[in-house]
Amino acid sequence: MAALWTLSLLLSASLLGCLAVTSPDGSPLPHNLPPSLGTNSSDGSLSVDLPMALRVFSMDYHHVQAPFEIVLWIMLASLAKLGFHWSGRVPAVVPESCVLIMVGLLVGGVIYGVRHSAPPTLSADAFFLFLLPPIVLDAGYFLPGRLFFENLGTILWYAVLGTLWNVLGIGLSLYGVCLLAQSSLGDVSLLHCLLFGSLIAAVDPVAVLSVFQEMQVNEQLHILVFGESLLNDAVTVVLYKLFESFLRLPSVSGLDVLLGGCRVVVVGIGGLCVGLFFGLLAALTSRFTSRAQVIAPLFVFLYSYLSYLTSEMLHLSGIMAIVTCAATMKQYVEANVSERSNTSIQYFLKMWSSVSETLIFIFLGVSTIQDIHMWSWPFVCSTLLLCLIWRATGVLLLTAFVNKLRRNAVTFRDQFIIAYGGLRGAICFSLVFLIDDFPKKRLFITTTIVVILFTVFVQGMTIKPLVELLYVKRKKRALPTLSEEIHSRLIDHLVAGIEDVVGYWGQHYWKDKFEQFNKKYLRRFLIRNDRQASSSILRVYQELERREQRGVEEEAPPIVDPRSQGRPLLPEEMESIRRILSRNLQNFNNKQTPAYSRHTLHQDTSVDRTRKPLYRHQSLGERYSYNTITHFQGEDGGLSEPQRVRTGLSRSHTVCSISPRSTLLDSSVSAGPAQTRSTDPKAAREDLVSPRHQETVERAARKHLSFVLENEKQQ
Amino acid sequence: MDQTGFSSAHLLRLYDRFECLDRDNRGYLSPNDFEAVGGLAMNPIGGRIIDAFFSSGQDTVDFSSFVRILAHFRPTDRNRNKEGTQQELPNSRTRKLKFAFQLYDLDRDGKISREELLQVLRAMLGLQVTKEQLQSIAERAIQEADLDKDDAISFDEFKKVLGFFLLQSQSLVPDRMKRIPPLRMILALTCSGVLPSLVHLSPSTETMMEVRPKSRDRIIRALQVCRT
Repeated sequence: MAALWTLSLLLSASLLGCLAVTSPDGSPLPHNLPPSLGTNSSDGSLSVDLPMALRVFSMDYHHVQAPFEIVLWIMLASLAKLGFHWSGRVPAVVPESCVLIMVGLLVGGVIYGVRHSAPPTLSADAFFLFLLPPIVLDAGYFLPGRLFFENLGTILWYAVLGTLWNVLGIGLSLYGVCLLAQSSLGDVSLLHCLLFGSLIAAVDPVAVLSVFQEMQVNEQLHILVFGESLLNDAVTVVLYKLFESFLRLPSVSGLDVLLGGCRVVVVGIGGLCVGLFFGLLAALTSRFTSRAQVIAPLFVFLYSYLSYLTSEMLHLSGIMAIVTCAATMKQYVEANVSERSNTSIQYFLKMWSSVSETLIFIFLGVSTIQDIHMWSWPFVCSTLLLCLIWRATGVLLLTAFVNKLRRNAVTFRDQFIIAYGGLRGAICFSLVFLIDDFPKKRLFITTTIVVILFTVFVQGMTIKPLVELLYVKRKKRALPTLSEEIHSRLIDHLVAGIEDVVGYWGQHYWKDKFEQFNKKYLRRFLIRNDRQASSSILRVYQELERREQRGVEEEAPPIVDPRSQGRPLLPEEMESIRRILSRNLQNFNNKQTPAYSRHTLHQDTSVDRTRKPLYRHQSLGERYSYNTITHFQGEDGGLSEPQRVRTGLSRSHTVCSISPRSTLLDSSVSAGPAQTRSTDPKAAREDLVSPRHQETVERAARKHLSFVLENEKQQ
Repeated sequence: MDQTGFSSAHLLRLYDRFECLDRDNRGYLSPNDFEAVGGLAMNPIGGRIIDAFFSSGQDTVDFSSFVRILAHFRPTDRNRNKEGTQQELPNSRTRKLKFAFQLYDLDRDGKISREELLQVLRAMLGLQVTKEQLQSIAERAIQEADLDKDDAISFDEFKKVLGFFLLQSQSLVPDRMKRIPPLRMILALTCSGVLPSLVHLSPSTETMMEVRPKSRDRIIRALQVCRT
């Protein structure tokens, strides 16, 4: 039933599309298009009719043709996407990208059938300039920063070396195949093969994201594959352009190869710098948007797109630029801009990237229907095989090296998924169209399309069952029991503590350095001043005021009498407890951050912001406060609370999630062995905590606590 | 050495660290020295970890005790699973869990009472939960684990609750010492900085000693200290 409905929706959408694109070409206009008033008949088949009387109703299609068609295509894409999600069992089996390609094939076929000529293809310009940036921007903005940087070494290793390995391997082997099949493939030179290798070896972020999204693999694996697909853009583009320019040169010398190598570095780092520049500029601009809040989201998009265009203009890596720009500006923009603007930014990002992705896949399908295919069994089959083989061997070899240096080794199963998840997508497709014309170009195009379709369909559809088969470490679907979660967090803290004792610098060292630099210089410059000045108590007060004005929306959590052992916890309570636990129990390695999710705004996009700890100096005495706790064991709740508060403040990794801008608290309560604790506003509150003042403190503390809880719920 | 299972290279590294922590060069560590370690201050259970180094009543820890405590965190040697003496090894799984258990059980009565659990939870959760929620969480945790219904978690119950989960999880720092261990190691930790000497960590570790006589002396000294 739902399938039928979907099918009819899709068919009508495709017919709409056909109608739109059928009309404006050179063939005679359909009869339902009366000559419009005073239209210039460029196609010659219309004669201008001098009106005898005023026309009550007329239609002028040419006037709106271009935007009309674009909108129709986007409408088709969106309706197809809607239909996909409503179509019953299909989403479970087939990834979205496959369905979209099939719809594209359908539409392309219909268009071809109606017009008897090739349907509109995805032009490389349209793809690179309009369709790709939103997707990459979305990916960059929601990039899980900590995870990404923790694995950066591995990602770079895979991206640069892996791509090089693949390109050279595929190119050289293909040349071997061409030599073997001299008869049909004799005119494909080595450089051509290398060029082809460079564009076919690139793992495509769009395809990877869309397939991995449906699969819940663990975050580390996800970030490895995704990060690799992002970063190998630099290598791919450079190699592609390199080989292309080699093709145009009369001869290639060793110096050229060396220069090519330098170029990789320049392209990558150049893209990075451009992105950084624009990101910081955007952050600075957002600082001044308080009086015109409505246009604040626009700056995010404008600056990101500018960075992309600039780096494309300079032949640097546009993807790296836009990802860097987004990742850089994110924390500052979010701190500067109002909450509604934040929401708009996020929603627009998601929306645009979704539409873009859908369009890309539909166009991939449509563009497959071409006149210009040239088929060659050995070439196509060997390409397919070689892609798989080289990727597999590359991953195996590289992982063997990188595992020695990593903390969490990449298991064999992970490696299989990395190798198998190397999907090719629209980037290859566009790149192949850009090749200078030579006799076998059509063969390349056909092969590319076959490889893309194969990877997206076959690998995309089978990866999920294979994952299940191999028990790849998935995100734990079944939540661990409370005990497990508590105890494992404790052990995480323990291990982190022991690491500190033993002096494990590792990755935290550079991170800490960067955080200090960030706090001292960048934040002060880029974030609006008025946020920084207010003390934490003042801001709590302001937030309380705001909350009271808004009204209390959520009811207080149910009070559970701890003495009544027999009462089982309600599922809602359980759920809220789990939610609190999973959000609050921090470990330094932060392994529980949810994976980056394409299609939803996952709740904890701001987790890094709101979880910045208030670093406590231990002048309050850990052992002292610890001893305090042991004393209170026999006391009832009234007395214990202020002391708990004290302990919580003094010793723990206190996370003050007062407001989304609480990271700014750090600047007023800065980290480090500060001797300025006496002026710390928190200390003032501490001083209040004495048995004599327990009433006020209790009230304040409880208000604070319950407020904080409410804020938790609002997030 | 054999008691702790550390190789000589590790001992050297640990001795370096010990000397670095012991800023007044007294030959032993006091709680202040531990508290000077930055990360521990932020750690919710930092105080407890520090206390774990000091056996009850004492205020100082010398190198041998330091090493002995850290020996708990070596990776479990899976090949020796079958031997009966495995329980006595400091880095056996039981001993590791016992270490974690003792972080909860401060009064050393062999059980985690509700109050002790509440303390730890409060430390880890800070101010973000109300007292009532904390009670519920602790209640639930005890319900899940407590099999003999004495309102406290004994070590065996603790082991049972955690055992399966920890085997599955990847939540702990794996070893960087020798061969890369399988991921299912519990509480495996090593000293960093061993990375340069990583390649040397084969059974013939002694060959590393030939390089610098100075370090050899230090190791001998460290070993002597350990044996006392």
